[in-house]
Amino acid sequence: MSLKETTSSQMDEIIARYPRSRSAIMPLLHLVQSAEGYVTPEGIELVAEKLDLTTAEVSAVATFYTQYKRRPVGDYHVGVCTNTLCAVMGGDAIFSGLKVHLGIGNDETIADGTVSLEHIECNAACDYAPVVMVNWEFYDNQTVESAKALVDSLQAGNPPAPSRGPNKLPTWKENSAVLAGINDGHANEGVQAGTASLAGLEIATRQESGEQL
Amino acid sequence: MKLTPVLSANWNQADSFTLDAYRRNGGYIASAKAFAMDPDAVIALIKESGLRGRGGAGFPTGMKWSFIPQGDGKPHYLVVNADESEPGTCKDMPLLLANPHVLIEGMIIASYAIRSNHAFIYVRGEVVHVVRRLQQAVADAYVAGLLGTNIDGKGFDLDLVVHAGAGAYICGEETALLDSLEGFRGQPRLRPPFPAIAGLYACPTVVNNVESIASVPAIINRGAEWFGSMGTEKSKGFTLYSLSGHVKRPGQYEAPLGITLRELLELTGGIREGHTLKFWTPGGSSTPLLTAEHLDIPLDYEGVAGAGSMLGTKALQIFDETTCVVRAVLRWTEFYKHESCGKCTPCREGTYWLVQILRDLESGQGSAADLEKLLDICENIFGRAFCALGDGATSPIVSSIKYFRSEYIAHLDAGQCPFDPVASTLFAGVNA
Repeated sequence: MSLKETTSSQMDEIIARYPRSRSAIMPLLHLVQSAEGYVTPEGIELVAEKLDLTTAEVSAVATFYTQYKRRPVGDYHVGVCTNTLCAVMGGDAIFSGLKVHLGIGNDETIADGTVSLEHIECNAACDYAPVVMVNWEFYDNQTVESAKALVDSLQAGNPPAPSRGPNKLPTWKENSAVLAGINDGHANEGVQAGTASLAGLEIATRQESGEQL
Repeated sequence: MKLTPVLSANWNQADSFTLDAYRRNGGYIASAKAFAMDPDAVIALIKESGLRGRGGAGFPTGMKWSFIPQGDGKPHYLVVNADESEPGTCKDMPLLLANPHVLIEGMIIASYAIRSNHAFIYVRGEVVHVVRRLQQAVADAYVAGLLGTNIDGKGFDLDLVVHAGAGAYICGEETALLDSLEGFRGQPRLRPPFPAIAGLYACPTVVNNVESIASVPAIINRGAEWFGSMGTEKSKGFTLYSLSGHVKRPGQYEAPLGITLRELLELTGGIREGHTLKFWTPGGSSTPLLTAEHLDIPLDYEGVAGAGSMLGTKALQIFDETTCVVRAVLRWTEFYKHESCGKCTPCREGTYWLVQILRDLESGQGSAADLEKLLDICENIFGRAFCALGDGATSPIVSSIKYFRSEYIAHLDAGQCPFDPVASTLFAGVNA
C-alpha cells in the first residue's frame, strides 16, 4: 500500500484537531516518520497535498526541526546527551565509547539497520545524568559499560525497559506515531517517578515527622 | 528551612498520574470552585496571590491573564509551554510524568478565566512517555466530562490538544512557539504586539509555563493568603528547584522561594564526597554562572538578580573543582550555536564565532586577546538579538571570564586543557 493509502484517514483526523489546518504540519511529519521511518519525498508531497501547501513550504518546516530525519535511522535510535552537565558527568565518555563500540559516527546507522547514534542536547533529565535516550525514552544514570550493554541488547532485539517509560521499548516508528498524537495505550505503564524526582518529597516527609536533618 | 511539597506532594503514589489518584488526592475540586466564581474574580485571585511565571522571566501570571481583551469577539487561546529545553532544566517533565492532571485542571481554570475555548500543550517531542501520559490524561478528562462541551453543566466549552514538538530549543521562546504551533519554522516574532493582543492566529493568547499553570489549582483551593505565606515579599509561593551535577542527591526539591543554595545543599547532603563547589547556574545555562561566594543569596527573582544573574528556571547545575569551566562554557556555546534559529544576524553569526574562538581557547591554542574578542562579540549580541536566546548565549561566557579569567589563561600557558575529564564523571575511579 502507498503512504497515502495507509495514513490518509489518520492525517484527516489529526488535521481536524486544529482550528487551522497548517497547525497539523508537525504531527503529520511525525506520522510520515511512523510509516516510513523518516521524512521521505513522498511524505513531503502528501503533507503538502493534505494541507494545501507547496512542497517547499513543507520542506522548510521539516528541515528546521532535528527530530525529523532526512535519511533512515535505526529501529532503535540512540541519543547520548552531551550538553554540558551530562557531558561532564560522563556523557562525552559514553558517546565516544559507543562510537567505537558500534563503529559509526554521529548521525550514522550500523549496517544491519538496527541501531543509529546521535549526540543530543539537554533532555530535561539532568538529575539522572548521564542520560541516554533510545527512541526518546529515558535510560537514566548510564555508564560507558551500561550504555554498551544497552546497544548490544538493541542489536540483539531484546532491550531492557526504559528507566521511566513503557514496559517494552517501542521501535522508532512506533514512537513516531505517539508523537503524531496517536495514543498507543501504554501511558499507564512504568514508574510514576524515578528516585531523583522523589528526593525532595522524601526529605520533606522526614522533616514532617520531626526528624533532625 | 522546610521543604513544601505541593505540586510534588503525591508523586510517591504509584498511580499518581491517573485520574482516579488525582481525584483521590482532591483533584478537580478547584475547577468546580472556579466555575462558581466570575472569571474576572479568578483572575483577581491569581493576581492577588502574587504567582509569577515559573518558566524563567517571572512575569506576574494574573497580570498576563488580565491583558487579554474581553468582549473583543475574537477567539482566545491558552498555550502551555512544555517545551522544557533550557540546559539544566528538568522540573516540568517529571511533574507531567507523575501528575499530568494538575496541569489539565490548571488549564481548565485559566481557560475559564481568560474565556478561551481552545487550549494547547506544546510539549517537547524528545520525551515520548511524557507525551503518552498527557494524551491519556486528556482522553480520560474528556470521558469524565472535565473537557469538551458544557463542562460541569456550566455552559463552558474547552478543547485541549497535546501538540508534540520536534526538537528545537528556540520553540521555548513564546513567540517562536506560536509560529511553530501555527505550522511554520519556529522563529521568534517582533514584539509588540505581544501574544496577549496578537498571539496564536493573531488572536489574544496567554502563553504560560507548565509549573505556573500547575500552581493554579492549589491557589484556588487554599487561597492567595496561604500561597503568600510562603516565599518572600516579591517572590511569593513555593517552587520546584532542580538540583543536578556533582551533588550527593540530585533531584527535585519543592521549597518556598528565597531558600538559599547553602540551605538546599545542607538538606540534601551537599557536594559529592571529597569535593568542593566551584561554580553553578541558578536557573539554566542562560543565567550567568555563580560561585561559592553566592551560596547565601536568596533564590528568588530579586535575590538572584541582585547577584548579577537570574532565577530563570531554578535549574541548579552544580559543578565541583574537577570541572573545567572553559569546557563547560564551550559546550553550552556549541548548544546555542546549534539552536540559534538563524533569523537575526547577531545571534546567528555571533554564536558561530564564539564557538570558533572558544574551541581554540579550550585546546590551549588561542591568545589572551581572544578573551577580549569574546567579550566584544558578546557585547554585540547582548540586547541586539531578536530574542532572549542571543542574550542567554552570552551569559556563561561573560560570567565565566569574570570569575575564572585565570583558568582561561592557564589553558594558554599549558597549551592544552589542564583538567582530566575522567575526574569529573559520575563513574570516576569506578570503570571509566
